[in-house]
Amino acid sequence: MDTLAQLANGFGVALTPMNLVWSFTGVVLGTAIGVLPGLGPALTIALLLPITYKVDATGVFILFAGIYYGAMYGGSTTSILLNTPGESASIITSLEGNKMARRGRGGAALATAAIGSFVAGTVGTLGLTFVAPIVVDFALKFGPAEYFSLMILAFVTVSAVLGNSAIRGLTSLFFGIWLGLIGIDLQTGQARFTFGILELLDGVNVIVVAVGLFAVGETLYLAARHRYGRDEILPVKDSLWMTREDWARSWKAWFRGAAIGFPIGAMPAGGAEVPTFLSYYVEKKLSKKPEEFGHGAIEGVAGPEAANNASAAGVLVPMLTLGLPTSATAAIMLSALQSYGINPGPQLLMTQANLVWGLIASLYIGNVMLLVLNLPLVGLWVKILAIPAPLLYGGILVFATIGTYGISQSPIDLILLYAIGGIGFLMRKYDFPTAPVIIGMILGPLAEQEFRRAMTIAQGDVTVLVTRPLSLTLLVLAALAVLSPYIYRWWTRARS
Amino acid sequence: MREGSAGAIAVAVGVVTVGIVVGWQTTLIPMTPAYAKVGPKVFPTMVSASLILLGLTLLWQAWAGRWRAEAEGEASPTDWRALGWLGFGLVFNVALIGLLGFILASTVLFASVARAFGSRKTARDLAIAFVFAMVCYLGFARVLGINMGAGLLESFL
Repeated sequence: MDTLAQLANGFGVALTPMNLVWSFTGVVLGTAIGVLPGLGPALTIALLLPITYKVDATGVFILFAGIYYGAMYGGSTTSILLNTPGESASIITSLEGNKMARRGRGGAALATAAIGSFVAGTVGTLGLTFVAPIVVDFALKFGPAEYFSLMILAFVTVSAVLGNSAIRGLTSLFFGIWLGLIGIDLQTGQARFTFGILELLDGVNVIVVAVGLFAVGETLYLAARHRYGRDEILPVKDSLWMTREDWARSWKAWFRGAAIGFPIGAMPAGGAEVPTFLSYYVEKKLSKKPEEFGHGAIEGVAGPEAANNASAAGVLVPMLTLGLPTSATAAIMLSALQSYGINPGPQLLMTQANLVWGLIASLYIGNVMLLVLNLPLVGLWVKILAIPAPLLYGGILVFATIGTYGISQSPIDLILLYAIGGIGFLMRKYDFPTAPVIIGMILGPLAEQEFRRAMTIAQGDVTVLVTRPLSLTLLVLAALAVLSPYIYRWWTRARS
Repeated sequence: MREGSAGAIAVAVGVVTVGIVVGWQTTLIPMTPAYAKVGPKVFPTMVSASLILLGLTLLWQAWAGRWRAEAEGEASPTDWRALGWLGFGLVFNVALIGLLGFILASTVLFASVARAFGSRKTARDLAIAFVFAMVCYLGFARVLGINMGAGLLESFL
């Protein structure tokens, strides 16, 4: 089969010594930043973007993918042993995992999380391997109008459907789109929103925005709120070997979690929070011992952890096949592609076969490395948690300076970094989601480009967006995604 | 009026202001001589209108007290001392990185962040910060070849 031949070719790329080193570096770094609260894969990949000038694209993407997967594994260790989720998708894991650790079952919780992550990560990667070519075949039929409508759908779902408030999510999104529009308009050569500052002609660098929001903003928020007080790190008293009962209760949860996580991750909505919540709910319903939930039920760790990792693989489907990022991390990876002059989209699998299939193959390899790194060596990662908060955040801000000052040695970039950090602080304080800013910034200019193409083809006729059936379907879905909660509320009120 | 709603109103007004500034700047984009079906003003106009609309909605929500300022639970008071130390570190860094160089500016930044996070061992923090900044400089500038600019110490390394 063609896919298998391509995958074999991908393994040939991923198994070269240099690419194995990149993959290993990625998973080690990813686990470390996943363990540390306050550092996430989006920030880490943003800080590493300058190496795209030095290293070939395949190596860089294998590194980034290792970080992305590794952070998912590392995050679970923190949420089990510390009750402070390292990243948002691990919130659910801490519900049961931390209770298990408190009852002296930390070892079993870590084991089911790591093995479940491995199983679901592999299932998800298999899904990516075989679904991606199908999506590409479908996507090749897309014209600019369909692309534009698809982006509208993604905009709506990442900002309005996920999160606490559609209004605040959309505000973040439009702020991001505006940041993306700053600089020279590539089609007409006109400068937009540069305020007479020469440095802004090239646009705002995504590194500055990501690091400003995720490092500077987060540090300001934590310092101002005193939210850095550390909980005690729970010791692992029991063996990492799971009992027969643990296995019996875990394995179905892993596969169910993977079955929930991958499709949801692969949808244009993306996100890892929804599948983890859903998996937790399903496991609680199906469990023979529902009374254990809330007191350390192993299914409540196994399912959501699996869902989390499978959705991470799922997010790569729209990213690699459509050029559609649905998480901040995927958006930053997409900007790395652009910095190589590679156009994301359905042609990617053909034109960059070595890159894409090497990346996919490296995910299988990275999963095996991560299982080994996270089970026997878990004690090593727990030691990272002992870094005192003052030194940790001091280090993070120095790294933020390197990432920004290293771009251009210009104080303008640093001032912009701190200004965006200040905005990030306010966003965190007033509960605005930050991921839509990054997604809007990367996807906004691409949406404008597709809109212009669609209008040029249709000779300025806007109705092309609703007269082409596929485009109309996507727009209707987007409208439903925004309006359905309101319709539902109105309907239930009208009935009562 | 509930606690924090004054801040929420200010944020909403800020969003509206950004929307107005975007709209005003959009009018300054010169009309293009090049042919384009969709000019460079179309998307900016949509962004401006959306931000103004969203900002007004936020303003209404903040006014009606329907907007919880804190994502998680009860509001804790803002620690202005901590923010002050952080602000000092950031301003010092941006003002003096060109003059002193990356290593010294980062040392001060690191130590003031540590101070903001409640550390009182300033001498120890400065020492750790100096070593950390030095290692970072050598790693990034010398091994990875990223240009980190010149400075007092950098020229001796």
